[in-house]
Amino acid sequence: MDVSNFLIQLLNSVQYGLLLFMLAAGLTLIFGIMGVVNLAHGSFYMLGAYLAWSLSSLTGSFTIAVVGGALLSVAFGLLLERLLFRHFYDRDHLDQVLLTFGLIYIFEESRSLLWGDDVHGVTIPSLLSASIPLTDTMSYPVYRLFMSGVCILLALGLYFLISKTRLGMKIRAGAFNRDMTEALGVNIKFIHAIVFAIGVALATVAGMIASPISSVYPNMGSQVLIMCFVVVVIGGIGSVRGALISALLVGFVDTFGKVLLPQVAGMLVYMLMAAVLLWRPEGLFKQ
Amino acid sequence: MSTKANLESLPRSLNAVLAVGFLALAVFPFVGTDFYAQVVARMMILAIFAMSLDLLLGVTGLVSLGHAAFFGLAGYTLAFVTPQGEAASLWWTLPASVGASALAALVIGFFVVRTKGIYFIMVTMAFAQMVYYLFFDNKVLGGSDGLYVNFKPKAVLFDLENKTAFYYFVLAMLLATYLFLRRLLFSPFGRALAGIRVNEHRMRAIGFGTFGYKLAAFTLAGGLAGLAGYLWAAQTGFVNPELMGFHMSAHAIMMVILGGMGNFAGAIVGAFAFEWLLHFFQDLPAVGSFQTGKHWQLWMGLFIVLVVTFASRGLMGAAARILARKEQAHE
Repeated sequence: MDVSNFLIQLLNSVQYGLLLFMLAAGLTLIFGIMGVVNLAHGSFYMLGAYLAWSLSSLTGSFTIAVVGGALLSVAFGLLLERLLFRHFYDRDHLDQVLLTFGLIYIFEESRSLLWGDDVHGVTIPSLLSASIPLTDTMSYPVYRLFMSGVCILLALGLYFLISKTRLGMKIRAGAFNRDMTEALGVNIKFIHAIVFAIGVALATVAGMIASPISSVYPNMGSQVLIMCFVVVVIGGIGSVRGALISALLVGFVDTFGKVLLPQVAGMLVYMLMAAVLLWRPEGLFKQ
Repeated sequence: MSTKANLESLPRSLNAVLAVGFLALAVFPFVGTDFYAQVVARMMILAIFAMSLDLLLGVTGLVSLGHAAFFGLAGYTLAFVTPQGEAASLWWTLPASVGASALAALVIGFFVVRTKGIYFIMVTMAFAQMVYYLFFDNKVLGGSDGLYVNFKPKAVLFDLENKTAFYYFVLAMLLATYLFLRRLLFSPFGRALAGIRVNEHRMRAIGFGTFGYKLAAFTLAGGLAGLAGYLWAAQTGFVNPELMGFHMSAHAIMMVILGGMGNFAGAIVGAFAFEWLLHFFQDLPAVGSFQTGKHWQLWMGLFIVLVVTFASRGLMGAAARILARKEQAHE
């Protein structure tokens, strides 16, 4: 592997890792703060990709599709929290597993009814379709850099929201001790709804910006869900910092595994997870 | 984790109902058609699978979301060891398949049993998915198309190729598994597992090596899931990666919940009810141009959401409540 090829793979692994982080952050936030395990998280990713495809072919603009899709997904998240998830915060994990498994079925079939079962492609917006030359022979697509940029911006935004703002302080307090926070006059129901909507929006936006390079297909949600689980297990649940580091680690192992050890590439990430479990069963950064 | 009241000791009247149920299964091939006998055999196979999961879910309190891996592995083992042109002997393919699943459960269990609660759910699902992709991606292992089992296993006394023989073999396995697990439930080992469900810290504090107990339960449950998978592969003559998929694992959980956890009878009832429901949704007539049955996933999803929102102890729980009330009224 020469230097420029290595550089390209490195950029790819960071980009994949950041995408995984967006998904895993939502999963880990929703669990860490509300105590809900959400198997349908991958379905939001799928929803995002289909929204991007649908809205961009409808409006002709990828930007409008992403912004509109993000707003729609926040509204959808708030509605879902209000109607269903709110009643499951205090139930045991088994009930949550079943509820969200039922939702997967409903989402999958609704997707099939609305959008059909074909594979679709989303065109990269013309502004971002160029490539940047890395060396004389190798170049790197701008769109992938854009994806990483969006993920970094959202990660920074999330960090700022949680650790620097008043709302973030209430979120952290609520995760630490719900009853006490409520007793101090914080509207915890409102906080939960916001956090849930943020989680849904992160997953949906991840699906939307990934759609031009991953294409849009029926099973995309469940594949990404498993990877999110691996990231969360390695990073330690509830820890956003852990999710970031482990997402980058998983992205690195997966990308370089496919190049260097293609025969066992599929297993490498799970072997990493098994190794972490042996060493620290609660993940690297359990809170 | 699961603190729901488990209905371990069945009321006497419920045991009687269950005995009648087994009797009905025994006479079914004489009164039902061949087609339905095969459907019922399939339900019994899934009932064995559901009971094996109940050992983890209802008895030990371990929510495994990857149990189908062991179900599928035994099926694949049978496909691998059956020669192309002739049947293999039941006497060694059955132990080999169950053993392969139990071994896989021992290895995977070694990693997953260290984790708790939500981690356990995610890790079991991840490992099962690893097994799924191992078979899905490798042409040598059949790939996404799966493998055929051209000849059903046979034994000296009977041939599973014979549908009636197969039916009674499955029934015998169902009954044996049920009696074995009921026996196990009230053995010192079963009591320790139940203790772990209620309070693992306390069990450890009074000197139980809970890791070993949980690993043993995981291995045993994996082996029994393998028994079901072996029978499934023998019946359908075909294995594919979907047998190990996430949906299969989730269906098993649904069967156990639907029937009622922790007493194995519920798992049997749940498996029958779930399969019946699946057929019911798939056979729904079209409304106008809308193919209602084709969209069974939608109805199944709605049903699951409704059950989990409103019913907590499953069908056996409901039946026990009704019967207990009647018994009280008589006394």
